[in-house]
Amino acid sequence: MNRTVERHRNILDFALSSLLRRKGKNLSLWVVYTIVVFLIAAIVFYTHALKREAALVLQGAPDMVVQKMVAGRQDLVPVAYAGKIAALRGVSSVRPRCWGYYFDPISGANYTLVASESPSPAPGAVDIGSGVARVLRVGRGDLLPIRSSSGAPMLLTVRKVLPCVSELVAADLIVMSEGDLRDLFRIPRDLATDLAVTVANSDELATLAVKISQRFPDSRPILKSEILRTYDSIFDWRGGMMVVVLAVAVLSFVIFAWDKATGLSAEERKEIGILKSVGWETGDVLLLKFWEGAVISLSAFLCGVVLAYFQVFFLSASLFEPALKGWAVLYPRFRLVPEVDPYQLVVLFFLTVVPYTIATIVPSWRAATVDPDAAMRS
Amino acid sequence: MIELLRVTKSFHPGKSNQFTALQDVSLTVEPARVTALKGPSGSGKTTLLTLIGCMARPTSGRILLRGAGIRGIPAGAGNGEVEITGLPERFLTGIRRETFGFIFQHFNLVKGITVLENVMLPAYPTGERCGAVSQRAMELLALFNVARHAASRVDRLSGGEAQRVAIARSLINRPSIIVADEPTAHLDTRLSREFMQIVRSLKAEGKTILVASHDPIVYDSPFVDSVVEMRDGRILGGGATP
Amino acid sequence: MILHPAVLALIVASALTGFMVLYACWYGARILLQWEIRSGSERQLGLERRTYLISTLLCFAFAVQILSLFLYVYTADRLHGLFSGAMCAAGTLNVNRYGYPVLVLKAVTFLLAGVWLIVNHADTRGYDYPLIRIKYALLLLIAPLVLTDGILEYRYFAGLRADVITSCCGSLFSRDRAGVAGDLAALPSGPMEWLFFAGMIATAACGIRFNRTGSGGYLFSVVGTLAFFIAVASLISFICLYYYDLPTHHCPFCILQKEYGSIGYALYATLFGGGVAGMGTGALMPFRNRGTMAAVIPPLQRRLVVATLVFYLLFTLMVCCRMLLSPLRLG
Repeated sequence: MNRTVERHRNILDFALSSLLRRKGKNLSLWVVYTIVVFLIAAIVFYTHALKREAALVLQGAPDMVVQKMVAGRQDLVPVAYAGKIAALRGVSSVRPRCWGYYFDPISGANYTLVASESPSPAPGAVDIGSGVARVLRVGRGDLLPIRSSSGAPMLLTVRKVLPCVSELVAADLIVMSEGDLRDLFRIPRDLATDLAVTVANSDELATLAVKISQRFPDSRPILKSEILRTYDSIFDWRGGMMVVVLAVAVLSFVIFAWDKATGLSAEERKEIGILKSVGWETGDVLLLKFWEGAVISLSAFLCGVVLAYFQVFFLSASLFEPALKGWAVLYPRFRLVPEVDPYQLVVLFFLTVVPYTIATIVPSWRAATVDPDAAMRS
Repeated sequence: MIELLRVTKSFHPGKSNQFTALQDVSLTVEPARVTALKGPSGSGKTTLLTLIGCMARPTSGRILLRGAGIRGIPAGAGNGEVEITGLPERFLTGIRRETFGFIFQHFNLVKGITVLENVMLPAYPTGERCGAVSQRAMELLALFNVARHAASRVDRLSGGEAQRVAIARSLINRPSIIVADEPTAHLDTRLSREFMQIVRSLKAEGKTILVASHDPIVYDSPFVDSVVEMRDGRILGGGATP
Repeated sequence: MILHPAVLALIVASALTGFMVLYACWYGARILLQWEIRSGSERQLGLERRTYLISTLLCFAFAVQILSLFLYVYTADRLHGLFSGAMCAAGTLNVNRYGYPVLVLKAVTFLLAGVWLIVNHADTRGYDYPLIRIKYALLLLIAPLVLTDGILEYRYFAGLRADVITSCCGSLFSRDRAGVAGDLAALPSGPMEWLFFAGMIATAACGIRFNRTGSGGYLFSVVGTLAFFIAVASLISFICLYYYDLPTHHCPFCILQKEYGSIGYALYATLFGGGVAGMGTGALMPFRNRGTMAAVIPPLQRRLVVATLVFYLLFTLMVCCRMLLSPLRLG
């Protein structure tokens, strides 16, 4: 047992020293390796973080939202529906909600305007998300000009800037009183944007949704779980697409690694010949090559992952933002909550280290089967 | 003792470039003696050494090692005799590592690593503790008067020093047989004589030594017990003792 | 098809393993046909060198296979959110008809691959390659399984559609459901507990006897293998219940989740480790007196027996601890 461990240690030692002796060759391989790991890791981390953000966004969302459809498009829903839905067995409450999007031509960004009931800002006052504050350069007590649907400008006072758990949730929010919002968008009193429905027993959600769509054929109930699932699969799909695109990168890297491993220099071939002639066995040389590969793989993997982590969580993934986020050019700067779990690392390992290792088996074996008497015949 | 019975070695058999390096060679090498293989280059000396040294397998014939004390392979016929002819590479390597020490014509030191590491190289795969090996290596380097170079790279050594490092390396696994192929080819007369002195001291320790050389300093040396002359892959005169 | 990065990783992994195993098989078949240990010909020398390549390839292939077994279950567990009705891996695997066969195939190839590596290890210790034909015949047996596994795995993932309504562990592993899963769950917990401990104790007794006297190797292996299957059945029948503190939740996958401290991985790792070592002991039995193997196999078998007992002991300890600590008491 001890001997086996010592043998590994000795050979690992020698592997390290021979890697250092061939710095040039190994460094180029290592750099390419690190870049590949970095790219894929960044995508995996980023998708995962976005999914988490989406889950956070939806955390406070109601179990079910009921919209009204007119000619296949969403329309304002009559507040009268709320009472009828509330009367259904199993529904614990129904709340009409007023909200909308506002495009600000000056900053070129879209904001989400929400009417809040409790604790509602007084008429004429608003709470704004940190993103809005940053883009419009307004703070507490400043005036926020908004153009209403009638074309008349409305001046609103900023009551506070909202603290944020997750930037994605609150960055683009402008919270105002219901009256202001109705005035702004000219929404009649008897209509609302949609209805938020809460249900006593979540197992009955699906049944209730069916009931509602039967009772109000022009309505569309949307379940929170459905939204969550859609987000999940959209993000996974986007991440997967990017990985497929990057598969080309992995493939070319693998070919590069194969080439590096196959193209033994005369010096290296001679060295392996010497090792074999002084009593190294084919298995020992294979072990040497294995350790060399393992050292390169693990260090490149570690380095790539750490770089990706910084890029995603501290530099806001500026490289992939357009491809992966894709829902708006809303957030000039937003930070994801850092989170990595071992599962992602295993996936990354499978996508990078495994192909590399397999690509180097055959070349290593070729190198290891140099004739032991080759050294005698040089 | 090493015994070769009608050993033939051909390269590329059955092809147009077939080449027979050794033909029907029978030879007995006595233990604790110095045996010199003499002959021009291309006479099959090196091939013979590679076969004896378990680096290659003969095409036909048998090679027996006696009293070598090889682990993992049951000895036949009660006298500790092992036939190495049909053994797979893995076991040949094992025997080679434990039983033989090699000194090569070009010294074959690995460039870019230190003298000490070079000497320790054959012991790495045995799984012996690193500390023990490096202590033994230092003792050997001291014995051959090159201990002061232990930490320097082999590229900086002179021919004679490289030779002595190579000898130290061949002894690291405490082999019972030393095989040397043209050891004096790159040495001047003084260093060649010095080498023969080392050979003498190794012989005094009870090691079996097998040297292939066409240098008279080697085969005419008084420390050589028997000279085997070779030509065209055959032995002339069959192991005559001077 | 769901383009989750993990799904891609699994497909890539099984494509690569399949490729490696095929490559190994090609040369394995040549070795079976052309092997002549007595010959010093270059062809023989070439084949001998190939054996290094094949061993290395298969070591890697099987290592990847083992990792991908866990990754597969874990991925299934992760994807459950995409399917209505799925609450853990059980539901996701049930989305189409390939999910469970792939899992079973992966487990079977894991066990066989482990046995193969043990036989290979013994074979390389003998200078006359005594097991070489058996080894490569076994490889030709495993290869189709690995390939089928890869193909089915692809079809499973290709057939995954979000929104499929599936039935999850609650209904799948409930007592009154027909089918294997239901049958396993319906095994009465009281007698199963007895059977489980009896199996473990019998394995230990046989193992100790074998290591003391050198006889009863087959018995040990058979008992050890039986104990493995009993333990799998017990896991569904009663062990899980203690981990969940629920008298009716029989799911063998939920224990892999974080809520239960991912203890499932430790349970499965020790169980499969013990199973492989136990089966390997038996696989070596027929050759223990063959030529050079007489000096190699007995010590190896002794170590395997120790490994089996240690793995099973750890497994049993984990189970016992939980049974004692859990507030749940089964009748």
